[in-house]
Amino acid sequence: MAVFAFYLIAAVVLVSALSVIMARNPVHSVLWLILAFFSSAGLLVLIGAEFLAMLLVVVYVGAVAVLFLFVVMMLDVDFVELKRGTLRYWPFAVLVGIVFAAEIVLASVVGTSEMTTNFDASPGAETNAEAIGQVMYTQYLLLFQMAGVILLVAMVGAIVLTLRHRPETKRQNIAKQTSRRRSDAYELKDPKPGQGI
Amino acid sequence: MDLGLSHYLAVSAALFTIGVVGIFVNRKNIIVILMAIELILLSVNLNLIAFSVFSGTIAGQIFAMLVLTVAAAEAAVGLAILVVYFRNRGDISVENVDMMKG
Repeated sequence: MAVFAFYLIAAVVLVSALSVIMARNPVHSVLWLILAFFSSAGLLVLIGAEFLAMLLVVVYVGAVAVLFLFVVMMLDVDFVELKRGTLRYWPFAVLVGIVFAAEIVLASVVGTSEMTTNFDASPGAETNAEAIGQVMYTQYLLLFQMAGVILLVAMVGAIVLTLRHRPETKRQNIAKQTSRRRSDAYELKDPKPGQGI
Repeated sequence: MDLGLSHYLAVSAALFTIGVVGIFVNRKNIIVILMAIELILLSVNLNLIAFSVFSGTIAGQIFAMLVLTVAAAEAAVGLAILVVYFRNRGDISVENVDMMKG
């Protein structure tokens, strides 16, 4: 039963991955990418890695794919023009793909050692998330903190890259506000009766 | 036949190959190139998690999480660069990226 489910989901993963790189419209590519991530999460659930599966859905579908969708729809790009002439890339790409696949197959055939069959998705704990939590904040604390730093740097970098100061927009200048004096804010006039200022 | 490590390695290898082919096929469209990179990172993650589960050690799943972090950061920064590039040039064709070469 699990094997049947595996083949079904794996077929969905591969078909949607192929559609990602072959779709004419990048919006469709993003949607296929979402399907690929979802079904990969399904593959992970099959072997009991539930936490990573949920993380895959949350991070990829919830953040990365939405980011892609946002950018694809925001940029006003002529995708038909962009797609033109890509047909001549196919032979070379297929050649590279065959070479890659052959290398992977060769490596796995030549380098066959005894495959570990010590199946355990959550060693030393009840659940998968518990097993991860036991080591993440103790043994791998430094790596965890570094991941946070990487995310912070990426966030700051993305903001700095896309921030743009438009001169026409009004923005608050606190230093200017607080250094305002009464003397340069208003002045007293003494209009004569019957005359304007 | 039981679900084994080799099942996952096969899917992961196929996914990796599809990602690499995708980079070459969509050489003009940098958005799809970024998506192909995400596919490659996904296949790497599948590999790590499969090895982790089938060898009964949790370290691979922790490492997969870090790969996930880097992938998210990479997507964010890459798309930010893409937006800036589009703003400056009005299109996103990869062919003209070397215009500053002189």
